[in-house]
Amino acid sequence: MEIQPNDFRRMSVEEFDTTKLLAHASKQSKERGYERFPIVDVDSHHYENESMPEILEYLDDPVLKQLATATARPNAKNARILNTMVGYQDMGGRIPRYGLRSFEKTPAGQTQRDAALTKRWMDAVGVDVAVLFPTPMLALGVHPQVEVEIALSRAYNRWLCEKVLAHEKRLVSMLYLPFNDPDATYQFVKEFGEKKGVVGFLITSTRYRPVHANQYMKTYALLEEMGLPIAFHGSYHWHDQAQGMLNRFISVHALGFVWYNMIHLANWVINGIPERFPKLKVIWLESGLAWIPFMMQRFDNEYMMRTSEAPALKKLPSDYMRDMYWASQPMEITDMGLLQETMRVINAETQLVYSSDYPHWDFDLPSTIYDLPFLSETAKRNILGGNADRLFNLKLGTKKLANVA
Amino acid sequence: MPEVFVSRIDDFAEGDRRIVFHGGLEIGVFHWQGTYYAYENQCLHQGGPCCEGVIMHKVEDVLAPDKTWLGQRFSADEAHFVCPWHGYEYDIRTGECVGNRKLRLKSFEVLRRGDDLYVVAS
Ligand code: FES
Repeated sequence: MEIQPNDFRRMSVEEFDTTKLLAHASKQSKERGYERFPIVDVDSHHYENESMPEILEYLDDPVLKQLATATARPNAKNARILNTMVGYQDMGGRIPRYGLRSFEKTPAGQTQRDAALTKRWMDAVGVDVAVLFPTPMLALGVHPQVEVEIALSRAYNRWLCEKVLAHEKRLVSMLYLPFNDPDATYQFVKEFGEKKGVVGFLITSTRYRPVHANQYMKTYALLEEMGLPIAFHGSYHWHDQAQGMLNRFISVHALGFVWYNMIHLANWVINGIPERFPKLKVIWLESGLAWIPFMMQRFDNEYMMRTSEAPALKKLPSDYMRDMYWASQPMEITDMGLLQETMRVINAETQLVYSSDYPHWDFDLPSTIYDLPFLSETAKRNILGGNADRLFNLKLGTKKLANVA
Repeated sequence: MPEVFVSRIDDFAEGDRRIVFHGGLEIGVFHWQGTYYAYENQCLHQGGPCCEGVIMHKVEDVLAPDKTWLGQRFSADEAHFVCPWHGYEYDIRTGECVGNRKLRLKSFEVLRRGDDLYVVAS
């Protein structure tokens, strides 16, 4: 394979190596002394499509399994059972790791490949524990067949628990919920809630189900009882009619990753879900931070006038939002004054949790937090690890698991 | 002023680049359309190895005289190198970040000494 003429840290394409790509990140880790405190990444990814033949083995339904495996070529990177999105995350090859990833070598017969690659970037970046999520399956919420969403996400969850989480103390996950089916959603929490490495459950936000529907209350109650957080993960959907008016991927990405979380957050707060389940912890992933003060101001302002339409609330919408957790990435950094204000209004020192989104194109390093001039050392350590340690009950304390040597 | 060897001139093809190291400093040297350019290999975004990314010609919108949009093309003369971490683009001739030209990479002087090229690492 030929790529642009460069010597890419003297890597030939055949030997693409994350450690070399992230050499500058390793240097940052050492310069900033990350060996002094743990770092937890609450939103990172792997490419489950590359393990699809293994995952499909976990499908229960023999007919669906035959359909899925027959349409997947041997060692296929993808299966036609999985819906795909139109999009250009790799920016036309400008982010070469998208195309080169499959050339990266991992030690044969030892650690599972997804886990080996994940721990490789975690060490380079200085991350101790990563909450790991899939990639193409973020779009499964708009699969036209609800039964496929259920079957495939159950197969994925089983595969992840057995092949990865059971063996890796540094990898945990909030498992996919097939939210288009409220009963299956509830069953998933029952089935997987106590598995090793499961620290919560995930709703991929790109879907068309209102979170306040009565059918979900039993799931929220169960999660609250089990002490497991629920997380909403943003993504985009260019086939959405509104997003379909946008002609460039930059616009679809910038708005799409916030859009569905705005809808879910509005329904969550205005329908008083936090009053019904006061101990249920809620996390918002991959929408950045700039939308939060917008939502706080917008809904506080309207609530003061239209209080009768949100009778379940006992305080301002923003007060409920201040009880929630916010993952930092992709953190908008072009106006430091606005960022500082945003961190103030969300009580970042206790509510903000660092996320990298690695290996996706808009990942954030821990230095995006650690280098902020307006945060105290205590706040930095809380955001980078302490808050997530408490949120997920990881019991890390001051333990460092990443190799920052 | 430390002069750091980059390459023999004959070995440094048009369109190619080298990364040279001096102490903790990394410098990307480009050979582009007959000229050599050298910039610090430290992205202004999150510190990525910006000089190690792909080289792409600038993308341009094509408008008709009546301001209607006709399509896109690659610039015939402006080229960018793109940081491989997140895609910040830099003008290969100036080191300016093309998304905001107020931002510019530190540049270094490139010297020819006989058959060899050096960069002044200071
Ligand atoms: S570090 Fe270069 S684009 Fe982000």
